[in-house]
Amino acid sequence: MDIKLQQVSYAYGKDTPFEKYALFDVDLTISHGSYQAIIGHTGSGKSTILQHFNGLLKPSTGEVHIGDRVIEAGKKAKELKPVRQKVGIVFQFPEHQLFEETVLKDIKFGPMNFGVSEEEAERRARELITLVGLPEEVLEKSPFDLSGGQMRRVAIAGVLAMQPEVIVLDEPTAGLDPRGQKEIMDMFYNLHKQQGLTTILVTHSMEDAARYADHIAIMHEGRCVLIGEPREIFADVETLAKYRLDPPRIVRFQQRVEKLIGEALPKVCLTEEELAIELAQVVKKERDQE
Amino acid sequence: MTEILSFHNVTFSYTPEDETARKAVQNVSFTVQQGEWIAIVGHNGSGKSTIAKLMNGLLYPAEGEVRVLRSALTEENLWDVRSKVGMVFQNPDNQFVGATVQDDVAFSLENNGVPYEEMVLRVKEALKQVKMDQFLNHEPHHLSGGQKQRVAIAGALAIHPQLLILDEATSMLDPQGRDEVLSTVQALREKIGLTVISITHDLEEAMLADRIIFMNDGKKYAEGTPSEIFALGEQLIEFGLDLPFAMKMTKLLQQQGVKLIGQHMTEEELVNDLWTSNFNK
Repeated sequence: MDIKLQQVSYAYGKDTPFEKYALFDVDLTISHGSYQAIIGHTGSGKSTILQHFNGLLKPSTGEVHIGDRVIEAGKKAKELKPVRQKVGIVFQFPEHQLFEETVLKDIKFGPMNFGVSEEEAERRARELITLVGLPEEVLEKSPFDLSGGQMRRVAIAGVLAMQPEVIVLDEPTAGLDPRGQKEIMDMFYNLHKQQGLTTILVTHSMEDAARYADHIAIMHEGRCVLIGEPREIFADVETLAKYRLDPPRIVRFQQRVEKLIGEALPKVCLTEEELAIELAQVVKKERDQE
Repeated sequence: MTEILSFHNVTFSYTPEDETARKAVQNVSFTVQQGEWIAIVGHNGSGKSTIAKLMNGLLYPAEGEVRVLRSALTEENLWDVRSKVGMVFQNPDNQFVGATVQDDVAFSLENNGVPYEEMVLRVKEALKQVKMDQFLNHEPHHLSGGQKQRVAIAGALAIHPQLLILDEATSMLDPQGRDEVLSTVQALREKIGLTVISITHDLEEAMLADRIIFMNDGKKYAEGTPSEIFALGEQLIEFGLDLPFAMKMTKLLQQQGVKLIGQHMTEEELVNDLWTSNFNK
């Protein structure tokens, strides 16, 4: 299912004295099965854009295509339920949305709301709880007796239980310790690969965008200013600086090393592992020349 | 040396009725001297935030003693202590009360009964210290994350605290906001010799401290200088943390057969070693 934004602008408080535009003429296509990162500072329009992906906000001008549904400015959008089932959003601090007596009930709530039978919802809950890395016993506990990291996993399971085709992640690791961050990000990446999900990651972590995404869009002051693959985006330090963004640490380190050895590596490395392999090649060449 | 804060065999449980339940903090002792920057690190649920709450009387120990400014923290001296300890919390949006930046900074002063004239001076001074004096009449909600946290620090500074506690104060910020806040804290330390305790799971932030207290499962697992703590290597990862960038890179390069002498905590050291061991023949 592709998601396409065409000339989308959005104003909060439209036609009131407080009207304020948060998005201007955004064109962005997210193709089926891709892993799209959307990067930008606070106030760049990231959160506004993400609410267009399942019709929580309707564009003030332009149109949003979600699969074969079109949400157009100025027209009433009816029957958005199927869209919301297909596009699951994991909001920031999703654990704040837990409310049921038990974890099981909480996970079942979403799918049952969409007309899934109780048996099927329970089957999904049992399957998902292990998938998000929690023991099955947790299902019988109150979500409020769990630690923050565990609560977040339960909330994520609740979104996955609706079996979305597209999953939108808004800063999914905020507040987690490094191990928790890595586990959650790896989990989404595996889901993305195994289930062929389309994944949209809204983040300010350049490192996560570099490691996981295959497409990057950069938002700045309500506009989508840069679209491309991670290697090309991060190679262009000057353009990034224009939008007050730094390339990921690993890219900055690579540039430092290249300056030192007076030689450019064959590619922009996106992870520490990649750079270690590339550098080892250069060192080996150097040794062989002696 | 003057002691600012100390924990003596402190134990705390959120479920005191259940004796078998895991204690949030178990038999923890440490001392913070004037002018020091101490980082308390640990995974989610290691007891870090409980320790923060024990420091300013949001919680009281079940066993042991917390001493702030050389007297034991009790319900009687609680308000006195709080007027000398500034705290900045994780979420910048949850700690604003004023409609403008200067109102917000003035709030704690009003609470402490500081006279108006004095208040005006202190608000300006505090905002200047965090380089936010251009924003006196701005609405806090329109600031960036880093700016919001700097205003929160100014609010803490205005009371002229003897100790500043940062409870995961940078964890929700973007990289620029994080650098802004950390360089502000560093500058304050140099200028006014402020004592700082930062509670964090960001090891790059902990590296700036004089000493690190490493928490695991409610207990103090280790205490030492950043180099002593980072020498624990794999154990940090085992307990939910990570290695600083330079150490991770060093390890990966060594695994790929690149010659490097020893472990490196900073990029500088790593780059120098990479050069001298492999290129500079």
